[in-house]
Amino acid sequence: MSIQLYYQDVSKGDEVAPLVKEPTPRQLVMWAGAVGDYMPIHYDQDYARSRGLEGIIVHGQLIGAFLGQLMTDWVGEQGRLRKLSCSYKGMNYPGEVVTLRGKVLRKYIRGGEHFVECSLWAENPKGEKTASGAAVVILPYGDDYKRKGRTRR
Amino acid sequence: MAETLSGIEKLKAKVGVRWQPREYLIEGEMIRRFAHAVGDNNPLWKDGNIAPPTFTLSIGFEQFVEDLIKLTPFNTVLMASTEIEGYQPIKLGDSITVVFKISNLRERKGQTGQMAFMTFESSYKNQEGQLVARCRQMVIGY
Repeated sequence: MSIQLYYQDVSKGDEVAPLVKEPTPRQLVMWAGAVGDYMPIHYDQDYARSRGLEGIIVHGQLIGAFLGQLMTDWVGEQGRLRKLSCSYKGMNYPGEVVTLRGKVLRKYIRGGEHFVECSLWAENPKGEKTASGAAVVILPYGDDYKRKGRTRR
Repeated sequence: MAETLSGIEKLKAKVGVRWQPREYLIEGEMIRRFAHAVGDNNPLWKDGNIAPPTFTLSIGFEQFVEDLIKLTPFNTVLMASTEIEGYQPIKLGDSITVVFKISNLRERKGQTGQMAFMTFESSYKNQEGQLVARCRQMVIGY
């Protein structure tokens, strides 16, 4: 696992290391089984087309879960994802790459905890934002933290 | 048309009404299956001991959607937004009690006929009665 991210590592405007996914129809079926979402627009091409879609689409919640992974990968073992929100603005299709991105909006200390807020979004191969949202994470504070010599993630 | 309207009326009657609580025992296989479906190899949940924060999306969702489908006059339901708050991690062996509620319903005439935006909220308590997570999601029925 990568090195732990500390509150002191983070500055407004920092970009979160992107997460790249390429969901397949198989992954949609796995997701359907894991959460119990059996809407046919996620596995039946003919049905999806009859409902005005180009074909089967990736579950919005799976994009949400990808954004969750983006954040939990970033905050490391000692970090916590407190809040995640996202709106689904466009469709993601299986077989297409989805890139999950984030950027630090602000950081603050409240009640002795170290919070960082990020804006998040998902991009399709055309660079269009198919989902956008925000996250609140809690990071550990490095007590014996020395910036010098540390590698930024 | 009359059928559609009566369907909407059935849903409207449910706005603000809490679903009966349902309890789910969290097993390692549920956590592993979820993480595997996301393609998330984080060692924290790989062993199935701790659930990723978005795991709450899977708890009781199937049963709620089944109930919803019986009430809704729409053929297709698309997810419009998801909001998750996690106060403490859900762990293997937890017994999570979920309560769903439709908090808002807005009707609109769309290109394909009648549409509705439904917001539903859910709360998740563990076996000690502590609130561990909350979700709010919006779906579009058409």
